[in-house]
Amino acid sequence: MTKQIAIDARNVGKIYGAGVHAVTALGDVSIAIEQGEFFTLLGPSGCGKTTLLRCIAGFETPTSGSIHLSGRDITYTPPNERPVNTVFQSYALFPHLSVADNIGFGLKMQGKPAKEVKAAVERVLALVKLEDFAKRLPQQLSGGQQQRVALARALAPQPEVLLLDEPLSALDLKLRKEMQSELKRLQTETGITFIFVTHDQEEALTMSDRIAVMSAGELLQVGTPHDIYDRPVNRFVADFIGETNFVEGTVEGSAVRIGTGDLLDVTLDGHSGGVTLAVRPEQVSLRADGSGIAAQIVAATYLGTDTHYTLELGDKSLLVARIQSNSAGGMRVGDAVGLHIDAGAVQVLSA
Amino acid sequence: MSGRSKGRNGWLLSSPALILLLLAASGPLLIVAVYSVLEKGDYSGVRWILSGDGWFNVLFQRDIFDQTVSLADANLSIFWRSVKLSIATTLITFAFGLPTAWFIATRPPKSRALWLFLITIPFWTNLLIRTFAIMEVIRNQGILNTFLTWTGLISEPIQILYTDTAVLIGMAYVYLPLMVLPLYAAIDRFDFRLIEAGYDLYASRWQVLRGVILPIIRPGIVAGSILVFIPSLGAYVTPRVLGGGKNMMIGNFIELQFGQGQNWPLGAALSTVLLLVVLISLVVYTRVTSKDDPRG
Repeated sequence: MTKQIAIDARNVGKIYGAGVHAVTALGDVSIAIEQGEFFTLLGPSGCGKTTLLRCIAGFETPTSGSIHLSGRDITYTPPNERPVNTVFQSYALFPHLSVADNIGFGLKMQGKPAKEVKAAVERVLALVKLEDFAKRLPQQLSGGQQQRVALARALAPQPEVLLLDEPLSALDLKLRKEMQSELKRLQTETGITFIFVTHDQEEALTMSDRIAVMSAGELLQVGTPHDIYDRPVNRFVADFIGETNFVEGTVEGSAVRIGTGDLLDVTLDGHSGGVTLAVRPEQVSLRADGSGIAAQIVAATYLGTDTHYTLELGDKSLLVARIQSNSAGGMRVGDAVGLHIDAGAVQVLSA
Repeated sequence: MSGRSKGRNGWLLSSPALILLLLAASGPLLIVAVYSVLEKGDYSGVRWILSGDGWFNVLFQRDIFDQTVSLADANLSIFWRSVKLSIATTLITFAFGLPTAWFIATRPPKSRALWLFLITIPFWTNLLIRTFAIMEVIRNQGILNTFLTWTGLISEPIQILYTDTAVLIGMAYVYLPLMVLPLYAAIDRFDFRLIEAGYDLYASRWQVLRGVILPIIRPGIVAGSILVFIPSLGAYVTPRVLGGGKNMMIGNFIELQFGQGQNWPLGAALSTVLLLVVLISLVVYTRVTSKDDPRG
C-alpha cells in the first residue's frame, strides 16, 4: 500500500535580497512528507529548516519551486487559506484572549457556529489536559501550560498538517521530555501529519518517523532515525547525529588500514583510496588484556550508566569509547588497553 | 528615627507640592464654582449675592420684554457643535494617527527617533503661528485653492475658511501628535508575531486588525483619544482663528461671557458644565472600552 503524500515540496528555493547581497536560505529542496507521519526537519541554526517550514505555512513565498498539499498547489496560497496550522517557537498566544478564546480563534475565523466552536474547544482542552484553565489568560500560565495552549490552538481547527517550530526549546529538560511523549501521543491520537523543526538531534531521534537532515539550505539525508544514525551519508550527518569518531584510513583490498597500521575489516561499497570511517563510541570495546589495537586511557568521564573513555592510539590520534560502567572492570586513566572496533557497524565515508 | 516622625517628615517634605496643588488646581476651580452661583455685576465681575441666573442661563433664556422662558437654542447648538467637532477630531486623528504610528514603530530603531522628532516639531512652534499657517493654506486665495484652480479641478475657490471644516482641519492638525505618540508607544510594545499567528489561524487582514491588533493596542487608543478629545472640547484659538466669529465652540463662548458679554456667572457656569461633560465622557468612555476586557 502506498501512503498518501501530504506535503510535496518540489525544488523549493528561497533567496533573500538580490545581487551581491543575496542570501540563499534554501538551495533546491525536494521532500515528500507522507500523511500521518511525524516528520522532523533537523539541522543547525541557519540551515534553512525554519525557512522551509515558513514556506509550507505560507509566511514566505519560495523564489523557485512549488509546494503541494494533498496534490493541490499551495505555493502562492495565503496562510489563512491553507489547512495548515503552526505551533510557534514563542507560542504567540493572544494576550487579550482567554485560553478558551485562544483555542477557539481559528474555528471562529473559519466562521464556525459558536456551539461548534465551544464543543471543539472543550474537546481539545481535554486532549491537552487543560480543562481547568479555560478562563485564564495566557500570562497566568506557566511555560509548559502555555505550550499546551499553543498546541491546542493549532490542533483545534483539525488541520491537515501541523507545523511545529522548535516548540520545546524554551522548556526545561524535564518538561521537554514530558512534552516529547505528549506530542507523540497527540500525533498518534489525532492522526495529523506533524512537521517538526528542531536542532536537537536527540529530540529528533526519539520522536520522528522520518528525519530530514539539513545544512546550509540543502537537504543532506532523509530517512528513519535508524537509517540516519546507522548509515549517515556523509561526515556532516554522522557528526551532527550523535557522537562519532572519525578515523582516517586507506583502502587495502577489502579492508582499511588506519593510521596505527592496523587493518580493519569493514564493509566497503566501491570505495578506494583514502576514506574516513565513522565509528560510534558504543561500537568501541576495550580489553584489559591488551589484545587488539594498542591504546592508552587519557581521560574518563563517568556518566552514570555509561563511562566515556578518551583513548590515545599509537599514532597519537584520539578516540572516544562509551562503555557500560558496570562492565568497565576498574579501568583507570593511564592504563594501557586493547581496543576493538565492531567493524561490521562502521560506516565508510568518502574522505 | 521613629515611624511617626518619618511620616510627619514625609508630609512636611511634600507640603510645597500639596500647597501648590491646592492653590493652583483646586483654588481656581473653587472660584469658578462660587462665581457661577453669584449675581452678575453691572459691567463685569460679580456681586456677592447668591443667584441661580448663571446656571439658569446655560440652558434657558428669559425674554427681555415679556419675561417668558425658552430654551437657549444658541447655547445648545454651541455645545452640540463642540462635542460633534471634538468627536470628529478624535476620529480623524485616529484614522491618520494609526497608520502613522504603525509606520514609525515598524522602522529600524535608529530612524524611529527621527520620525518621532518630526512628529513633535509642531509642538515647539507657537499654536497661533501654526493656526495662521493653516489659514494661509485653506483661505480663498491660499495654497490649496490656488493649486486646485490651477489644475482646473475647480473654477472658483472653495470656501473652507470660517467653516466647521476649517476648525476640524485645524484641530486635527494641532492634536494629531497627541494621538500618534500614545499609539506609537502601544504599537512599539506589540508582538508582531501575533499577526502571523492570526493569519495562520484563518483570519483575514481585516480580522487580524479587528481581532488581534486593535484589542491589544487598546490602551494606546484610549489614551490618545482622551488626549485629543479633552483639549478639543475646550479649544479656543483654533475655532477663533479658523472658525471666525460665527462658528463658536464652548471655549469661545465662555471667553465671550467673561469679555464682551460681561456675564461672569454664566461664563463660570458654562466652565463648570464643560468640566462635568469631560468627566462624564471620560467615565463612560473608559467603562465602554474596558467592557469586554477579560481582565475585568
